[in-house]
Amino acid sequence: MTFDIDAAERVMRRGRVVMLAGLLAVAGIYVLALRYTPPERMQGLAFKILYVHAPSAWTMELAFVLVGVVGALYFWLQDPRLDIFAEASATVGMAFGTVLLTTGPIWGKAIWGAWWAWDPRLTFTLLLYLLFAGYFALRSALRDPVDRARFGAVIGIMGTLLVPFIHLTVYLFNSQHPRPVLMMPAKSPLPWILLRPLLWSFAAFTLLYIGFVMTRYGIGLKRAALEARDAE
Amino acid sequence: MNSARIALLVAAKDLRIEWRHRTAFTTAVIFAVLVLTAFVFARAGSVTLRDLAPPVLWVTLPLATVVTLNRGFLLERENGALDALLLAPVSTSAVMAGKWLANLVLVLVVELVALPLWMLFFNIEPTMRLLGVAAVAVLAAIGFTLPGTVFAAIAVRTRFAELLLPVLLLPFTIPPLFFAASATVRLLDQAPLGDLWFWLRLLALYDLSFLVIAVLLFPVVMDQ
Repeated sequence: MTFDIDAAERVMRRGRVVMLAGLLAVAGIYVLALRYTPPERMQGLAFKILYVHAPSAWTMELAFVLVGVVGALYFWLQDPRLDIFAEASATVGMAFGTVLLTTGPIWGKAIWGAWWAWDPRLTFTLLLYLLFAGYFALRSALRDPVDRARFGAVIGIMGTLLVPFIHLTVYLFNSQHPRPVLMMPAKSPLPWILLRPLLWSFAAFTLLYIGFVMTRYGIGLKRAALEARDAE
Repeated sequence: MNSARIALLVAAKDLRIEWRHRTAFTTAVIFAVLVLTAFVFARAGSVTLRDLAPPVLWVTLPLATVVTLNRGFLLERENGALDALLLAPVSTSAVMAGKWLANLVLVLVVELVALPLWMLFFNIEPTMRLLGVAAVAVLAAIGFTLPGTVFAAIAVRTRFAELLLPVLLLPFTIPPLFFAASATVRLLDQAPLGDLWFWLRLLALYDLSFLVIAVLLFPVVMDQ
């Protein structure tokens, strides 16, 4: 497999454009959520953090699921670009995970009175985050790109199998814990005026995710191309 | 030679080496005793030993497992033994299965020593129900060693095997240790057996899922 430096730079350039569009969209969400959306009846201003928190959760889970899917595909297609994509997606997933794990406790302090209440979803995120911390620790310890791709894919697949068990664990662990009502649409449907910015924020964060991943993917392609050139 | 026989031969070889030195076994047992003791001293005044017993057991056993797991592959790295093993005209899955079997037996032996010590230190009355705890420990050991063997085989390829294995494995021990601790609490509380089955079934489900995935991934992990 040969990598083309020009093609990699093209991907990076396109990635930057999408990233910029994503950042502008997120800025738009801030304005929409802070200026044009009324405070929620029960939670007041604290509710507004949801417009950052919930879409971060979505993008993080999307990012990590793709690492598992791409890992499985790698064993089938043996294409090193899949591993470069997996690494890009995992890196961006960690970034959104950091946002999630920061905004969650801030909201929790305002609503539950505790920074960390072992809420199932936050705990789930924390465990997923630790799993991917191990993924990066392993990648950084492996020198050979083929080993990195192969073993990275193994961790991705094993992690995907672990996810339903972590899910089960945190919910069983918290079965006596009072549940937040927010993200249970069946129980408390959000009025449209609060829901609309939320839907927009999901779109904006997805765009930002795509922009970040494209940029990271381009960087990964370029690095692989330079490594291949140095090896010659 | 069929795969089962190769697996048994590899496992027997690993256990024979361990029997001669007993390094991993001794280290893991001493480690387990130290962790059990550390908990007793770290406990705040009002916490009873009885309340502390199940969580302490299910922190100690996964950690002791991590200590034992590195040995199986680090041993093979010396003198390029791993390469020789891979060059052998046998299935790599069978070799990995043998490695896992040896790890499982070793962890079970460590548990066999750690459980009575745990009973002693935490004043657990020996009753028939403790056989239930032993069954939970067997199921949990399977759950710890399956991903553990896969990760040990990967970690050994790096220069930081001892550091990487716990970082990779510990997230995978959270569900089984939670199921096992919940089952242990119910056993010690004399809870109805129906409640206990729930947790045992979850443990068995975890073991079965990782058995399937480990068998699928064994050849990938060992491939050079």
